[in-house]
Amino acid sequence: MPGFDFSNHNRNLALHAKGVPLPKATSTGTTIVGALYDGGVVIAADTRATSGPIVADKNCEKLHYIAPQIWCAGAGTAADTEFTTALMSSNLELHSLSTGRKPRVVTVMTMLKQHLFRYQGHIGAYLVVAGCDPTGAHLFTVHAHGSTDKLPYVTMGSGSLAAMSVFETQWKPNLTRDEAVKLCANAIEAGIFNDLGSGSNVDVCVITKDNTQLMRNYLTPNTREKKMRDYKFQRGTTAVLNEKIITKEDITKYVTVQDMGDGEPGVGEKMEVDA
Amino acid sequence: MAAMMQSAMPTSEPGYSFSQAPQSVAGGPRQHGFYPYTDNGGTTLGITGSDFAVLAGDTRSTSGYNINSRYAPKLFKIGGTGSANEGARIVLSVVGFAADGNALKERLDTVVKMYKFQHNKEMSVHACAQRLSHILYNKRFFPYYVHAILGGLDENGVGALYSYDPVGSYERETCRSAGAASSLITPFLDNQVNLKNQYDPTSGSGLEKVTKAPQPLSRQTVEELVTDSFTSAAERQIEVGDGLQMFIITKDGIEEKYMELKKD
Repeated sequence: MPGFDFSNHNRNLALHAKGVPLPKATSTGTTIVGALYDGGVVIAADTRATSGPIVADKNCEKLHYIAPQIWCAGAGTAADTEFTTALMSSNLELHSLSTGRKPRVVTVMTMLKQHLFRYQGHIGAYLVVAGCDPTGAHLFTVHAHGSTDKLPYVTMGSGSLAAMSVFETQWKPNLTRDEAVKLCANAIEAGIFNDLGSGSNVDVCVITKDNTQLMRNYLTPNTREKKMRDYKFQRGTTAVLNEKIITKEDITKYVTVQDMGDGEPGVGEKMEVDA
Repeated sequence: MAAMMQSAMPTSEPGYSFSQAPQSVAGGPRQHGFYPYTDNGGTTLGITGSDFAVLAGDTRSTSGYNINSRYAPKLFKIGGTGSANEGARIVLSVVGFAADGNALKERLDTVVKMYKFQHNKEMSVHACAQRLSHILYNKRFFPYYVHAILGGLDENGVGALYSYDPVGSYERETCRSAGAASSLITPFLDNQVNLKNQYDPTSGSGLEKVTKAPQPLSRQTVEELVTDSFTSAAERQIEVGDGLQMFIITKDGIEEKYMELKKD
């Protein structure tokens, strides 16, 4: 029979009358999007992590590695997106090794949905899965309860409505690479500025059949301006009750000391410090 | 079918089941809800000096993860003449439930204007402060859901700041922040305005060290501290941002300043 299926209508009316509330959809703050284009797929994310109304991390990474040509954007509970994608990445590598084939996006999507469905939504991972494999470029969304969608453009997270409004007004078929990147970045920006759960920068990842390009902080529209005053405390502002100097020679008894010189300290991102 | 009814429905709340649903029978007693308050976020701040008072507030209005407005002022001139409050010398800032804030401002403004018509003199900040307390306490059991700060100059021309809880308990202070980012700004103010946890670097050493004594701040210093408080709060509090409005009250009147804050 064509058309909508109303078979649950009477049941839902009866449940509502009994006082069963409508299922409420919520997701923790994030905007993540993805779009297919001619020759590949683009995913993008904002970089704000929140705990309640407080910004926990101003520049976190929500684009997760699954395989060289398959990446995942995650919304929801941070630990769940992190560990679920890491588990899938690990299992997919083993699967690829045992079959001797390149991993496929549908495989990850199926593994994810089966894993998440088993946990009945208690694993709060809301994901956009994208990648290129021998069967072409693919884009999926996976919800925490295990449902999936396959669409040419997708959004998820608390900023999904803001981002989708951009897609629904500007998306067209057969986008070029640059158009797709620009569209996704615009969609994320809509989330950054109109959804309080999203903010800071735009991360973008472009996957083609023979290349993956991760553009960390592709846009930085929210850089902090310089503070008006200097908050460096004068030496002696804190009372010193006791002083003991440990030399490098003393400490080498317990640990290996390596002199890094005055250059760039070690690896990783530079910490934000006061002037 | 029975087994299906036992299982959890797909909701965002993990572990929802039919057994947790309200068990009221149709036609039986039914509990209703009435929630007249909402939180519109935002933050306010006031600091006084020897001959001025500064009141500031961000201009964002929120509900949940949404922005209602990027310019919804929380600062209001009280008294003066006409709807523009020309010649006013008192400023009220309100943060919390915006509708109550507006109602409170409207009430206090009317009271101060009526006072001038009846007594043919301007209401003092001291009197206005006490009146505001009474207005708040009058609604002790259905309070105005706001944290109010009142600013002006006292009878000696010294900056005066009064802060209130939602039911009218009030106190004159030199420094106060309220609202969503008050827990972030207050310790900063304790350190930079009241010089808490700071010893005089030139004094003795160890236990002989003398704590720094707070001094009245210059107007420029206060404006810089206020600006830094809000730009920093906007970095870490999602409900703070968009714009910063500042009212500086001096013997010459009220000067208004506005600057943009981050919009994410």
